[in-house]
Amino acid sequence: MATTLPGPPKVKPLNSPEPVHPGNGNGGFRNLVPGGGEVGAVQDYSPAPSKTGIWVTLAAISMSFAAFTSALIVRQGASLDWHHITLPSVLYWNTLVLLVSSVTLEVARRRIAAFMTGVGNSGRRPGFWLYVTSFLGLVFVIGQYAAWLTLRSEGLYLATNPNSSFFYLLTAVHGLHVLGGLVGLIYVIRKLHRAVLRRTTLDSFSYYWHFMGILWVYLLLLLWIKI
Amino acid sequence: MHDTPAVHAAVHHGPPTTFIRKYVFSLDHKVIGKQYYGLGMAAVLIGMVLSWLMRIHLAWTNFPIPGLHFLSANGAPGNVMTPEYYLQLMTMHATFMVFFVLTVVPFAAFGNFFIPIHTGCEDMPFPHFNMMSFWTTFVAFCVMILSFFVGDGPTLGGWTQYAPLSAIGSAAGPGQGAGVVIWATSLAIFCLGQLFGALNFIPNILDLRCKGMSLWRLPLPTWAWFITSCMGLTSFSVLMPACILLILDHVAGTSFFVASNLVINDQLLPHSGGSTLLWQHLFWFFGHPEVYIAIVPGMGIIAHVLITNMRKPMLSHRVLVYSMGALAVLSYTVYGHHMFVSGMNPFSSVVFSFPTLLITIPSTIIVLICLGSLYGAKLRINAASLFALGFISMFITGGISGFFLAQPSLQILLHATYFVVAHFHFTMAIAALFGIFSGTYFWFPKMWGRMMNDTLGKIHFWCTFVGTYAIFMPMHFLGMAGNVRRYSSFPADYMQPLIGVHQFITIAALFTGAAQLIFLYNFFHSKKYGAIAPDNPWQGTSLEWSTSSPPPWDNFGGRHMVVYHDPYQYGVESSTGDYVMQASPEQVKTDFDEP
Repeated sequence: MATTLPGPPKVKPLNSPEPVHPGNGNGGFRNLVPGGGEVGAVQDYSPAPSKTGIWVTLAAISMSFAAFTSALIVRQGASLDWHHITLPSVLYWNTLVLLVSSVTLEVARRRIAAFMTGVGNSGRRPGFWLYVTSFLGLVFVIGQYAAWLTLRSEGLYLATNPNSSFFYLLTAVHGLHVLGGLVGLIYVIRKLHRAVLRRTTLDSFSYYWHFMGILWVYLLLLLWIKI
Repeated sequence: MHDTPAVHAAVHHGPPTTFIRKYVFSLDHKVIGKQYYGLGMAAVLIGMVLSWLMRIHLAWTNFPIPGLHFLSANGAPGNVMTPEYYLQLMTMHATFMVFFVLTVVPFAAFGNFFIPIHTGCEDMPFPHFNMMSFWTTFVAFCVMILSFFVGDGPTLGGWTQYAPLSAIGSAAGPGQGAGVVIWATSLAIFCLGQLFGALNFIPNILDLRCKGMSLWRLPLPTWAWFITSCMGLTSFSVLMPACILLILDHVAGTSFFVASNLVINDQLLPHSGGSTLLWQHLFWFFGHPEVYIAIVPGMGIIAHVLITNMRKPMLSHRVLVYSMGALAVLSYTVYGHHMFVSGMNPFSSVVFSFPTLLITIPSTIIVLICLGSLYGAKLRINAASLFALGFISMFITGGISGFFLAQPSLQILLHATYFVVAHFHFTMAIAALFGIFSGTYFWFPKMWGRMMNDTLGKIHFWCTFVGTYAIFMPMHFLGMAGNVRRYSSFPADYMQPLIGVHQFITIAALFTGAAQLIFLYNFFHSKKYGAIAPDNPWQGTSLEWSTSSPPPWDNFGGRHMVVYHDPYQYGVESSTGDYVMQASPEQVKTDFDEP
C-alpha cells in the first residue's frame, strides 16, 4: 500500500485479495491448496508481518513492565523504608498531552487512509496530523523531564528512597519507549513523503503509539497508588 | 533439485553487491545464520578452554598451568589460579555456554538459516532488525570478553548472580564491581538482540508461509523455533529489566536487591531495604524457560534428522508439537524449584514441586514418541542420526536425575552438589550440544554446499558420547557423597578420598575436548575440500531440499513455492522413491497427510 503526495493512490485498498506481501507468495493462516491442487483458486492473503511484528513488540514491552511492576510490589513488601511521595502535578498534564496525541494520530491515520483509497475528504495535507502528533509526543517527553526537575528540587534523587528509584526508573524507561515512538513517527513521515508508506506500517505504528498512552495511564495509576 | 510447478516470482530487491553488505552487515538470513554459527563456535571454544582450566585446577590444585598468568596476573600468580579466579572462570564458562552457545546456535543460527526456507519465503520480514539482532549479540559477546581485561577481572558470582553479593560492588570479591556491571550490561544487550530475533521469527512463521503451508505442515524444527521464539520473547524481556535494576544498584546507589544493615568486610553498606529474593524471582522466571530455549530447538532438530533417516514419520507429529508447547508453558510455572532452599515460604516449594513433576510428562512423551518411532525402523546410521540418538540418551539420563531433584526433601540434600552439575549438564548442555552436532552434520551440505566426512563424524560421535558420559556420570556419585560444587580445591579433611574421581573426570574432559578437534578439522576441511553436495543428499522432503545447495540469495531462485503435503511423507511409493517432497504435486497412497 503506497501513496504519493499529492496524487491518486497507486495500489489497491487493504482488503484487496492480492497478496499484501507479494514477494513471499500467499502465506497465511488459511491458505490451503484445494484438494485438486488448483493453486490458482487460492485467494486468501496473509496478515501483514508488520502487524504481527508490532504485537510481538508490545508483548515484549508488556513483559518488561510486568517485571518492573512485580519488582516494585516485592520491593515495597520487603522493606520499612517505603515513604510515599507526592507526584508532580505536571504528570497529569503530560497524561492529557499523550492521550490527545493518540487522538491526533487517529485523525492522521483516517485522513491518510481516505487519501490512499481516494474516498472522502482527506484534506490537502494528509501528513499534517502526524506532525501534530510528533509535536505532542515531544511535549510529553519534555513534560516528563519537567517532572524530574520538580522531584529534584524537592531533594528526591534516584537513590534517595525506593519510591523515587521506581519513579525515575519507570518514567525513564517509558520515556525511552516514547522517544523510540517519535523515531518511528519520523520514519512514517519520511515514508509518506517518499510515497512509499504502507497502510500496514501506519496502522502498526499507531498500535504502538496508542499502547504507549495506555501504558502510561497504567504506570500513572501504579505510581499514584504505590509511590 | 525436485521440479515443482511453482510460479515464478518477481524479484523485489536485488542481491547484495558489496562485500560489506554481502558478508558483514548482511540482510540475508542465511548469512546472518552463519554469522551466529561462527559466534557460537568462538564462544564454545572459549567456554571449553575455561572448563579445562577449571578441571585441571580441581584435580591437581597446585599444578601450574603454563601461561595462565597472561590471562590474569592477580588471578593466577605463578600460573596457579586463586580460588576467586576459579570462580571467575566458572562464571564465564557458564555465561558463554548458556547464552552464546546454547541459545545462539540451535535457536538463532539454525533458526535464522532455515525458518524462511522452511516456510518457503525469500527472507525474514524485517531484515534490518534481523541484521541488528546478530550485531547486537556480537556487541554483547565483545562486552563480555571485555570483562577479562577490566579492573580485577570478570565477575565470580556464577551465571545466576545471586544478590546481595552481586549487587554490593567489589566488597564482595574480585570482579564483583566492574565485572558484574559489564556482565549485566552484556546480558541486557544480548536480550535486546534475541528480542530482535523473535521479532522476525514469529511473524515469519505466522505470516510469510508459502501457498499450501498450513501450520501443521511446518517441519518440526520450525515448530520448535516458533515455540522457542515465544519463550524468548517473554523471558528475555524479563531478564533485561532485572539486569537494569542490578546495574542501577551498582552505579546509581539504589537498593533494589540489597537488604538493610548488611555488613561486608566489617563495613556497613549504605544500601537499605532491598529484597535479595527479588533477584532470584526475576532471574529464574527467565532462567528456567532458558533451559527450554536451549533444549527445545534440539528436540525439533533431532526429530527432523531421525524422521529423514528412519524413512518414516514420527508416531504423532501433532502430539510432539503439543508436548513442546506444553514444555514452554509449564517452564514458567516451575522456576521456583531453583529456590527451594532460598528461604521462601516452604509452602511455595510444594506449589512449585507439582508443576516440576508435571513437566516430566511432556518431556517423557517426546522421548517415548522418538523411541516408539525408532522401533522397527531401518535407521540409516550416519553422524547426524548418531548424534540424534545421543541427544535422546543424554536427555533421558539428565531427565531421570531430574525426578530426584524435583522432590524438595531430596533437593535440600543434593542442592549445590555435583549431582546438580551432572543433571543440568546432561539435559540442557550436552543434549543441546548433541542437537547442534546433529543439525550441523545434517544441514552442512545445505548451508555450505559440500558434504562432511561421515567416518570422521562417526568417530567424533563415539569419542564425544563416551567422553561426556565419563565426565558427567561420576558427578552423580560425587554429589551423593556430598561434594559441594563451586569449591576450587579440596583440603585434606574434605573429599580427599574422592579426588581420584575428579582426576578421572578431568582426564575425560581433556579427552572429550580434544575429540572436538576432529569435528573442527572435518568442518573446515569439508567446507573447502568436501565433495560437492547435491541438492537433496538425504532424500529429504521439506522445502530446504527443494532448492540448491547452498540456496541462492532469494532462497528459491525467484520461484514462489507451493506446498502440497506435510513435511514427512516417507515410506510411500512415489516416482522419486520412498518419499514425496512437500513441494511435489504428486498424489500418492499414504496413511495420513496433514491438511
